[in-house]
Amino acid sequence: MILGQLRSSVVAVVVLTVLLGLGYPLAITGVSQVLWSHQANGSTVQRDGRTVGSSLIGQDFGGNPAYFQTRPSASGYDPANTAASNLGPNSKRLSDEILARLRVYLRREQPYDAGLTAADVPADAVTASGSGVDPDISVADARIQARRVAAIRHLPLGTVLRLVSEHTNSSVAGLLGPAAIDVLAVNLALDGLGAR
Amino acid sequence: MTAGGWLEIGALLAVLTALTPLLGGYIDRVFRGDRVLLARVLGPAERRLIGLVAGREPAGQDWKQYATSTLIFSAVCFLALYVILRTQSIHPLNPQGFRSPPWDLAFNTAASFVSNTSWQFYGGETTLSDFSQMAGITVHSFLSAAVGLAVAIAIVRGFANRSGKLLGNFWVDLIRGLLYVLLPLAVVGSLFLVSQGSIQTLAGDLHISTLVGGDQTLALGPVASEKAINVLSSDGGGFYAVNSAMPFEDPTGLTNLLEALMTVLIPAALTSTYGRMVGNRRQGWALYGVMAVMLLGAMAVAYPSESLPSPAMHAAAVNGVNMEGKEQRFAVAGSTLMAVTGTASGDGTTSAALDSFTGLGGSIPMADMMTGEVIFGGVGSGLFGMLLMVLLAVFIAGLMVGRTPEYLGKRIEATEIKLVTLGAIVVPLIVLFMTAWAISTRYGLRSIFNAGPQGFSETLYAYTSQANNNGSAFAGYVGFVQPHAPGNAGATGVTFADLAGGGAMLFGRFVPMLLALAVAGSLSGKRTIVSGAGTMRTDTVIFAALLIATISIVALLTFVPALMLGPLVQALTGRLF
Repeated sequence: MILGQLRSSVVAVVVLTVLLGLGYPLAITGVSQVLWSHQANGSTVQRDGRTVGSSLIGQDFGGNPAYFQTRPSASGYDPANTAASNLGPNSKRLSDEILARLRVYLRREQPYDAGLTAADVPADAVTASGSGVDPDISVADARIQARRVAAIRHLPLGTVLRLVSEHTNSSVAGLLGPAAIDVLAVNLALDGLGAR
Repeated sequence: MTAGGWLEIGALLAVLTALTPLLGGYIDRVFRGDRVLLARVLGPAERRLIGLVAGREPAGQDWKQYATSTLIFSAVCFLALYVILRTQSIHPLNPQGFRSPPWDLAFNTAASFVSNTSWQFYGGETTLSDFSQMAGITVHSFLSAAVGLAVAIAIVRGFANRSGKLLGNFWVDLIRGLLYVLLPLAVVGSLFLVSQGSIQTLAGDLHISTLVGGDQTLALGPVASEKAINVLSSDGGGFYAVNSAMPFEDPTGLTNLLEALMTVLIPAALTSTYGRMVGNRRQGWALYGVMAVMLLGAMAVAYPSESLPSPAMHAAAVNGVNMEGKEQRFAVAGSTLMAVTGTASGDGTTSAALDSFTGLGGSIPMADMMTGEVIFGGVGSGLFGMLLMVLLAVFIAGLMVGRTPEYLGKRIEATEIKLVTLGAIVVPLIVLFMTAWAISTRYGLRSIFNAGPQGFSETLYAYTSQANNNGSAFAGYVGFVQPHAPGNAGATGVTFADLAGGGAMLFGRFVPMLLALAVAGSLSGKRTIVSGAGTMRTDTVIFAALLIATISIVALLTFVPALMLGPLVQALTGRLF
């Protein structure tokens, strides 16, 4: 009986590996590439025919003040080696990192918003994301950054805020998750304004 | 906290409650052998597969035969996955040219996916080829879930049987579960995920130059097909190291809710299948009610806890919610919902870094698992784990009123109670023993990342998650160290953690499964007693409350001392470590 069960097991594993390990994922790949090829290939974003990123993956804007900045990353914004900080809630190191990010943030934004204090800085702007490549920032963070971007680009604040709200994603009318601003999309739109 | 957040939680429970009888009824028909609608398409494949594997007329098996098939099949699965991983470098579909993982990591990973755990000491995108992800991880997510499903159905047959000792045929149940339950749901789920932005390609890495001229490498792969079965199968593995925090795995708030729903969907539906199989649907609803109430209770603690700043944020004078390790598109509600459903179910999918949750917030995922994975739990294993707790509750109630305990009209006697008690202590013993071993040895301590009580929490979490076959992690805890990760080149990792964890997963999976099968074997064919005025009903709110109390008290008595040393001490202090 044991030998019979062993034979059944081996046959089952071989056949099911072909069916579920090759047949199923390859069929899904085929259908996806036909029906949703943009999404299936990473929702890439092009400018002047060149791929500059993915609308789902955050990238580093290197502190360039003409751009909105993404959230801090524990992985160096590397989507091929995703990581969170994994630092615990009572971590001294985490606290120091948050404090350092807060200083950088205030140094960057205060010249354009004199009344800005630490208490105004939203949590998402000084905490590292779960993936290291969070593409989004919060509305509060975008409102603060908009002043700087507008000033550097010599644009009316209203224009920048309009772009921000145009690129605000809210899942199912905002019911599932908070409003999230797609940073790459806003920055591309800003560059597009300048070109016009 | 926001009203929207609570609405999201309410929406999940409402949809789940609506789907439970629908899917539960369907699963019941599948395993009764009725001709379901899909049989028109898949009928020929089903017959050919069953013929190929089990012969033309598969015979019914008693519990020992059923258990033998289960164990031999799982052993062959383990070997197959181990070999695929160890020979990764010679397989096709390896666009990044990854080397084969070392033996200790391959052991841990094979144990993990064969035991339906999906604990991952590796980061998928830096370690596994597309072939390993598809023919290895994806396949064994399906197979381990189908094993759990088949065994649960067999156990329920034992509870329901009025005569005879036969529990069905393992191979028939395995293949029916795969073809009619798991595969169709996975196809629908993966296509929906792709439509929302999840990726599905074999193109390998895409190198791009960013807006400010930096380099970025998008690691692409067959993600959606793996993600869908991972959330459905209670396997919960991630294609990427950060699991569903990665936008390619979980692009929007909607997909996050859907994935959270999928983790509890089949375990919830099985309560309804159970009610139908034992001929009293209220029995199923009573179990569902217990699970739903406990899930809501977990959310009611975790969600407010995460909506406050952590002590680390507080010390830096930053206000607002605890966003460290969370994604903006989910924020606190979505992240917590996934953490709670992912740990209450045996799935372990997360869309945030649990290691950075607050002390109290982080103790909830741990407590979810410490109930023995019975709040929905794993596919199949959640149901039979819960049935063991039901027998315990019936026994305790019987002692209190001085009456012979009975369930579904069958006397619960010494044999069953011995098996149930063993089932209730074996997994906690593994957890506590392994945790104690790991924190009292130099090689055990090497896995710890965070300083202070959090280091203990990481260790406790690791063995709780692995022994209960959950798979989520306080991910600072390391075993194998990524060879491609910056600064880690040439590192070999912690062999002890790989082996101890792998052992915990295998024992945690198969010992309770065998005990539950033995209970079913003992109950099968037992003479039923006609219920009278003195019979304690088990389909009432009072019994559900008693069951909740039993589950909670067993878990609390076992684990509160350990929890006090880690997460709870952090919840009580603002001190930094």
